[in-house]
Amino acid sequence: MLKPRIIPCLLVKDKGLVKTRQFAQPKYVGDPINAVKVFNEKQVDELIVLDIEASVQGRGPDYGMIRNLATECRMPLCYGGGIKTVEQAERVIAQGVEKVAISSAAIDDPDLIGRLAQVIGKQSVVVVLDVKRNAAGGYELYLARGTQPTGIDPVRFAAEVSARGAGEIVINAIDCDGEMSGYDLELVARVREAVTVPITALGGAGSLKDIGALLARFGVIGAAAGSFFVFKGIYRAVLISYPGPVEKEQMIQDSIRA
Amino acid sequence: MISIVNYGLGNIQAIANIYRQLNVPVRIVTTAEELAVAERLILPGVGSFDWAMTKLAESGMRSVLDEVVVSRGRKVLGICVGMQMMAASSEEGALKGLGWIDADVRKLCGTDGSGEVQLPHMGWNDVVPRSTGGLFASLEEGSRFYFLHSYAVRPFRDEDVLAVAEYGGDFAASVRANNIYGVQFHPEKSHQWGIQLLKNFAEL
Repeated sequence: MLKPRIIPCLLVKDKGLVKTRQFAQPKYVGDPINAVKVFNEKQVDELIVLDIEASVQGRGPDYGMIRNLATECRMPLCYGGGIKTVEQAERVIAQGVEKVAISSAAIDDPDLIGRLAQVIGKQSVVVVLDVKRNAAGGYELYLARGTQPTGIDPVRFAAEVSARGAGEIVINAIDCDGEMSGYDLELVARVREAVTVPITALGGAGSLKDIGALLARFGVIGAAAGSFFVFKGIYRAVLISYPGPVEKEQMIQDSIRA
Repeated sequence: MISIVNYGLGNIQAIANIYRQLNVPVRIVTTAEELAVAERLILPGVGSFDWAMTKLAESGMRSVLDEVVVSRGRKVLGICVGMQMMAASSEEGALKGLGWIDADVRKLCGTDGSGEVQLPHMGWNDVVPRSTGGLFASLEEGSRFYFLHSYAVRPFRDEDVLAVAEYGGDFAASVRANNIYGVQFHPEKSHQWGIQLLKNFAEL
């Protein structure tokens, strides 16, 4: 049986790992390669690495860093940051990455999704949606690390990118980022209904219970988290962790039965 | 000595790293000359069918690859699209495959409890070998591998199916025809199960 995917999401800035809150206040949490080594030991399901500066600085992916990460990873790696063209995505895949994530490029140039799918295959095309709640109780898609509203409805956009050939949609809830108080289940539910491709929720997980709540509602889904896997305790001491195989299996069993 | 065919796709370094850690001699081949003397090969792959076939053709290794595998009978392991390329054709593309195994490649379909299964099939799934030993030695029970695909190889002869996985119905997670082996999942990204499988391939 296909298992839900429980995925650490690492943010890279200045070649170091950082963790943000609501997309701001980046806190240095360590070296990316060291983190990958720890996650190898812990047998994580998958890893997402996002270079949060690349697009903002208008530069392309750091291929050397990607190659080093991919070579070290014993689990599938999804890389995002600075990818605007098919050539860049091809080159990222050639470094040994399984999936490439695009975000702002999907909004600026939606045709890119179809072109990517044709070359690297739909299964390797991931679209990350940075989403904020708006005053009216709805949701809006944001650009530029959450600073620029687009006026686009993320649910409709998810359906569009899925039709264009995205193989996975990562829903990144900006309001929940780093808050460790649970996923935005309502947002996930709306996107889940709109698409048939696998989706991954990101933003808000602070405990195994939060992940369990996501699985209980959606079954086989991607559950990604940053803070939960890099911080320990109320003072947010940096400590990389991941549930052990028995603990994880138990949580999955309990949630999916519930 | 394991030779990993580098035609520009797939996680070559991760496969090489695993063999180095296992103390199995490994090299990465990028030319027809290097490939010609290969004793045992891995054909990796990530991407769409036509793109993979195009990249292989562009690498200049295609005809030597055929000779080493088909005429000389060297053992080969195809991974993901590398396995799909071994079939005659694919529903995903217009180009012909290598045609080493009597099979075609079809889009996965089927239903589970909540309707049509989501595609791509993405994540960790149970793999059940049909026999003991060989490529799946010590992997007979409780082994899981990472899958990332929407298409799967469908052998014309049922006995060519080496292992199955279930996603809206059973499909071939691994195939074998004589010296030719393929796995749909990514052993290089499947923790201890993948390491065991790559070790088994080196010891076949």
